[in-house]
Amino acid sequence: MVTVDRAARRPPTARRRGIRPTRGYRVFQAINGVILTGVVVVTLYPFLNIVARSLSDEAYIIAGRVSLVPRGFDLTSYRLVMSDAMFWTNYRNTVMYTVLATVIALVLTTCYAYVLSKPQLKGRGALVGIAVFTMFFSGGLIPNYVLITSLGMKNTVWAVVVPNAISVFNLLVMKAFFESLPAELEEAAAVDGLHTYGILLRIVLPLSKAVIATMVLFYAVSFWNSWFTAFLYLDQQDMFPVTVYLRNLIAGATGAQSAGGVADADAVQAAATLQSVTIVLTTLPILAVYPFIQRYFVSGVMLGAVKG
Amino acid sequence: MTSETLRPPRARESPPAATPAPRPRRRRTWRRALRRDWQLYSLAVLPLLFFLVFRYLPMLGNVIAFRRFKPGGSIFGEYWVGLRYFRMFFTDPTFWEVFTNTLVLGTLSLLFCFPLPIVLALLLNEVRARRLKRFVQSVSYLPHFLSIVIVAAMVMQMVSVDGTVNQLVRAVGGDPVPFLQRPEWFRTIYVSSEVWQTVGWGTILYLAALTTIDDNLYEAARIDGAGRWRQTWHVTLPGIRPTMVTLLILNIGTFLAVGFEKILLLYNPLTYPTADVISTYLYRMGFESSNFSYAAAIGLFEAVIGLVLVLAANTISRRTVGAGLW
Repeated sequence: MVTVDRAARRPPTARRRGIRPTRGYRVFQAINGVILTGVVVVTLYPFLNIVARSLSDEAYIIAGRVSLVPRGFDLTSYRLVMSDAMFWTNYRNTVMYTVLATVIALVLTTCYAYVLSKPQLKGRGALVGIAVFTMFFSGGLIPNYVLITSLGMKNTVWAVVVPNAISVFNLLVMKAFFESLPAELEEAAAVDGLHTYGILLRIVLPLSKAVIATMVLFYAVSFWNSWFTAFLYLDQQDMFPVTVYLRNLIAGATGAQSAGGVADADAVQAAATLQSVTIVLTTLPILAVYPFIQRYFVSGVMLGAVKG
Repeated sequence: MTSETLRPPRARESPPAATPAPRPRRRRTWRRALRRDWQLYSLAVLPLLFFLVFRYLPMLGNVIAFRRFKPGGSIFGEYWVGLRYFRMFFTDPTFWEVFTNTLVLGTLSLLFCFPLPIVLALLLNEVRARRLKRFVQSVSYLPHFLSIVIVAAMVMQMVSVDGTVNQLVRAVGGDPVPFLQRPEWFRTIYVSSEVWQTVGWGTILYLAALTTIDDNLYEAARIDGAGRWRQTWHVTLPGIRPTMVTLLILNIGTFLAVGFEKILLLYNPLTYPTADVISTYLYRMGFESSNFSYAAAIGLFEAVIGLVLVLAANTISRRTVGAGLW
């Protein structure tokens, strides 16, 4: 820290760079450091705990002796889960649903956002209103269910990938981005005889790679993580995404816990490592890509906030 | 939204499905707009269809709250029954129990999940070492990217009889508690897991707002003799006030929709007394008791209150601080 003479003569409570901190401030910095370290520890602990449990021997877990370090290193549970064909089927479903839903969502969102970004368009306000209103009022669970059922979409892929195709938040992010593009480019292209479709495909989209990447990530992560739609609309086990697989695993365990009490304790505990293993295996892809996608998310959120 | 009263212009293209009906003398400009921008309008057709079918049709589908509904029958029900289902739930003691639970959980979430990101953002803002700051941020955003199922599963492991929390209980000499089966613990578990999941991510917008505060304001405050606390109070907080207001309104809007999915995953019949909320109750009414109209009535009630809350919060904030969502 550089101390500038001139600055030292100012009141010592100076906030920004180059000024000697007061004693009180240094104490504050120390406390701040402790608090933030605490935040990091509390955030990371559950992850490490799950990994430790997944690698531990059943007996140590039951005895409540596993916290950060695996005890009685044991890979049986990993072998069990990974040899379950249904787990992989469901995992494949997750990948498939995510890809399909993301593509649909991206096409619809891009089209609509582009239309909404044209200030001279007649009826634009109404088109924006139609979208934004759904942020604050929705049909609700039951009418949605009745609708999907009567459309014959129940137990099909479409029930999972279509009903959540446009997220209004993402739409507004994309709209804000399109609005920030210089209008002259499109005007020039129009003068050169390019029509709207051509302008969108050949001028606008190539300039929008960053926002498209952000949208893909937003959508993909939300579809990857979703479980309730699939849980509600799909009845066949081999159609479930892996989140529903995990949900059924933990629901089974709590069901046994609340119903059977002590008698079923063994069965519940046997499920404990399996649960941990499944959690680890389903979280892994997210953790693997997290360092790379995080900043796109942050910039996307800020872009949305500007115009949201 | 009366596309039938809108006499379609003779253009070959389909008119935009849900624009307000123009007055007669405006018809010509509409025709011109359509001729000029029909390609743009055509891009909007599919998304509009999506909104109409999957967002607005269900809103209309709420009429089954006033009608007798037969599974497999018309999605708009069979015949009118008036306010029968509303009367049913207004006189249903369980409804008022879950209503209270919803208010309590909503208030607690708001009380913790709204201010804590502000505090964390202010603390992060004081960190000088950029690397450290970025590291803390990255770690604290992480839970936001997890599926709610995974979060629920982690919570279950943490508070299970052999989990970490009970290890601590045992370490201080207590007896292990099956937390998830104790109604008195549910609120604590729910709110702490919400905090764990959302606080870090919630700081993003505040941190962004903090960087936009003009350094000269701090300078001026310092010259006026303001200490660090008073600088925070008089410069920093007013600087991020628009962000606070916006997020508060959004939070209030989702007040009643307290983490439906998470509660569905975490609760069980033993914890219903504190854990059961409006949305989970209507879920069980609809899908376990197959009482669709009754559940739809509850859902409609919830959605209308939600809308009223947003509008009210927005109006109040516009009147008092001069900034709202719209």
